[in-house]
Amino acid sequence: MPRLLAVFALVAGLLLSGLSAPAAAVTVEKVVSPGGIEAWLVRDHSNPIIALELSFRGGAALDPADKSGLAVMTAALLDEGAGPYDSQAFQRMLEDRVIGLSFDAGRDGFRGHLKTLTEHRDKAFELFRLALTQPRFDKPAVERIRGQIVAGLMRESESPETLAAKAWFQAVFAGHPYARSPRGEIASVKAIKAADLKAAVRRLLARDRMTIGVVGDIDPPELGRLLDATFGGLPASAAPLTVPDIRPGAAGMVKTIERDIPQTVATFGLAGIKRDDPDWYAATVMNHILGGGGFASRLTEEVREKRGLAYSVWTGLVPLDHAGLILGGVATQTSRFDESVALIREEIRKLRDDGPTEAELADAKTYLNGSFPLQLDSTVAIAQVLVQLQTDRLGPDFLDRRPALIAAVTRDDIRRVAARLLDPAALTLVSVGRAQK
Amino acid sequence: MKAVARSALLLAALLVVSRPAEARLFDPQTFTLSNGMIVVVVPNHRVPIVSHMVWYKVGAADEVAGKSGLAHMLEHLMFKGTKSVPPGDFSKIVSRNGGRDNAFTSSDYTGYFQNVAADRLELVMRMEADRMANLTLDEDNFRTERAVVLEERRSRVGNNPAARLAEQMEAALFLNSPYHRPVIGWQSEIAGLTRDDALAFYRRWYAPNNAILIVAGDVDAERVRPLAEKYYGTLPRADIPPRTRTEEPAPEAARRVTVTDPRVSQPSWSRLYLAPSQRAGESRLAQPLEVLAEIIGGGATSILYRSLVVEQGLAAHADAAYDPVAVGLTSFRIGVVPRPGISPERLEAAVDAQIARIAKGEISAEEVERAKTRLRASVVYARDSLHTGAQVLGEALAVGLSVEDVESWPDRIAAVTPAQVAEAAATVLDARASVTGLLLPEPGAQPRPDVAPATLPADRGIR
Repeated sequence: MPRLLAVFALVAGLLLSGLSAPAAAVTVEKVVSPGGIEAWLVRDHSNPIIALELSFRGGAALDPADKSGLAVMTAALLDEGAGPYDSQAFQRMLEDRVIGLSFDAGRDGFRGHLKTLTEHRDKAFELFRLALTQPRFDKPAVERIRGQIVAGLMRESESPETLAAKAWFQAVFAGHPYARSPRGEIASVKAIKAADLKAAVRRLLARDRMTIGVVGDIDPPELGRLLDATFGGLPASAAPLTVPDIRPGAAGMVKTIERDIPQTVATFGLAGIKRDDPDWYAATVMNHILGGGGFASRLTEEVREKRGLAYSVWTGLVPLDHAGLILGGVATQTSRFDESVALIREEIRKLRDDGPTEAELADAKTYLNGSFPLQLDSTVAIAQVLVQLQTDRLGPDFLDRRPALIAAVTRDDIRRVAARLLDPAALTLVSVGRAQK
Repeated sequence: MKAVARSALLLAALLVVSRPAEARLFDPQTFTLSNGMIVVVVPNHRVPIVSHMVWYKVGAADEVAGKSGLAHMLEHLMFKGTKSVPPGDFSKIVSRNGGRDNAFTSSDYTGYFQNVAADRLELVMRMEADRMANLTLDEDNFRTERAVVLEERRSRVGNNPAARLAEQMEAALFLNSPYHRPVIGWQSEIAGLTRDDALAFYRRWYAPNNAILIVAGDVDAERVRPLAEKYYGTLPRADIPPRTRTEEPAPEAARRVTVTDPRVSQPSWSRLYLAPSQRAGESRLAQPLEVLAEIIGGGATSILYRSLVVEQGLAAHADAAYDPVAVGLTSFRIGVVPRPGISPERLEAAVDAQIARIAKGEISAEEVERAKTRLRASVVYARDSLHTGAQVLGEALAVGLSVEDVESWPDRIAAVTPAQVAEAAATVLDARASVTGLLLPEPGAQPRPDVAPATLPADRGIR
């Protein structure tokens, strides 16, 4: 029998000014299998569905320098034949049971996704186990997936957003694995061999890197049994994580990539903070006010609403495992691109020098707290939240604590974090578009 | 159905939830207000949140010639104020109440929604009802928003060769139907739209008897009814003109559309066939066509994927899509991407060989059964999501279908026979009613150096 370590309420409503919080909606349980494998579970028997989300710390940033794209390609191949089943046999079993099973990889993580009807539960977990522990990497499947990835890289190679973001990461993280695109380059993807794929599985998939979130029509004893059966065969530990921390560079760099397109597209950004920084919540509120809050943000107000210069202008906090970023984007008419950039710099300066107003602070807090439960709108979405909580080392009570953390942010906190992060002269900006006269 | 959203965030969500194959048995509660406004409540009590949506039965296909983009332009302008909510404040009020809002426009409908904590339902209902009747529009705000929409067009279409091809293909497919106009509008016509155009369109189409209210989430009809009566039930009816979708002439000629662009390094190939919808043409073929799309291109074991991608190694991707929810005729789409090094001509010949087989009825009873099983099982997943029921019911009612049409969908899929699928294939896969689209590199262009996309860190949901 699995042990139930703790039960926490995942409160979903919260701290809207002048109103009491609605009652707790779903409950997070920590389940530990007889074999010692932990998962966080939200039981929900309202539909005969089970969703499991899985994440291994360490992703594309661990790719060998000349094999960039390896983790992504490995992820794309795990469901293309495993154990006794070739690709078509494996896919047919998934389709006939309407089981959703897939993997993907980002810079810092390798993720698995499983979704099944209760009636096909055991088969779904069995196929998941085979994909994780006995992928075949049959030559036809490898070449087919390589062709898909190369076609995707070619298709996106001239997308202005892609060109700008890629050049931005190359400049800011020069010499670091984060400079490389997780999906790799055409040449590096073409160089990947079956032995590389097998090595990537050994390097990336192990129990000491693993976090699991489960939601739906399953109880702890059954889950405990399935955790052991599914993940017990993975190695206990993986090779050490070797990616170093890095301070984003290229501060102040402005670069233009010339392309004959009707609208100029830019990626811009600054050094930010990591998820465990004590200023995280102040930075979250600050970003909302600057460019994270859509129509409530200063950038949208100045660039779009007042002047009609752009359809979209935004910023976001990007907490990588080894660096923090404030990243933004804008797409505007080429003849007025300089005006848009000047406005963005000016809003960054104003927020740093003057801080937010009391009203902006209060509005940002009510949004950040009130909108949080809106993402809990499906079984899969809740399972993703459970994994993210663990990846960010926040504890199952975090959702109870979060409203107070946001509510405690003061104008002084924002001034402090803005003084630390918001330097208009440090903005790194890459644009793609026609040359300006 | 094409959809254009007020801000970029929404589009991905719409594409995910709008698959008609996920529709069914949402067990909604429905009633009609005295002024004719239909109300649908879809209870889902897992989390104390609600999605409040108003769908208007008007879209880009209801514009008059020369005013393309007007329905979508009005969608943007609906955020520009009333006497009680100043311009630009609507979204800010939703936001400071912890909610998210957006809007979207398709050929057949225009929708507005707010996702909020359940205790904020009355607030958003009051504001949505207010702008149904009381929109005020300042000339400066109009001009600024028109500039935003022109930038939106440059982002979505001008900067995107694949979107330009899709626009040209639809314009070529629909010879006489208003569906030949892009939802966002032609650039020159957007630039010529006026404030008076927008207000006239608003007065003509925006009224409670031309709208559907959908509330999904932690509510029930008992709670929604008094609020709906108070805010929407007091608005006056209007005389709504009939919606017309001019008929297509009998198809005479296969059409070909090619977009070449120096920014294309990976060619793609697609084909649209004119097809009946659930409301127009031979609508009894709608569910057989859904099953057919699943068999041809619904996944890794579908006919096109298996033959072209796995067995022959000619394509990197292959899929098929069909959406029966439309006021007028719709399209059946097949899309393939050649594997690097394979010419589009060679791939097209292989696709056509498969289509010829399928049109002759070479589909096994087993393939039909497998597709039906998958479509029906997807219903369980659809019911799980708070938003899918609202989306599917909203689309259906907005094009003139009924709640019962949605609820009976699994039964209609279950009743599809192999003979009906064969008939649907033979009827629809007719070259004379098709447009073939090619996206190609500029002839003679030098391939650019190897440049690959950067991907942002994957979803970091918790902040």
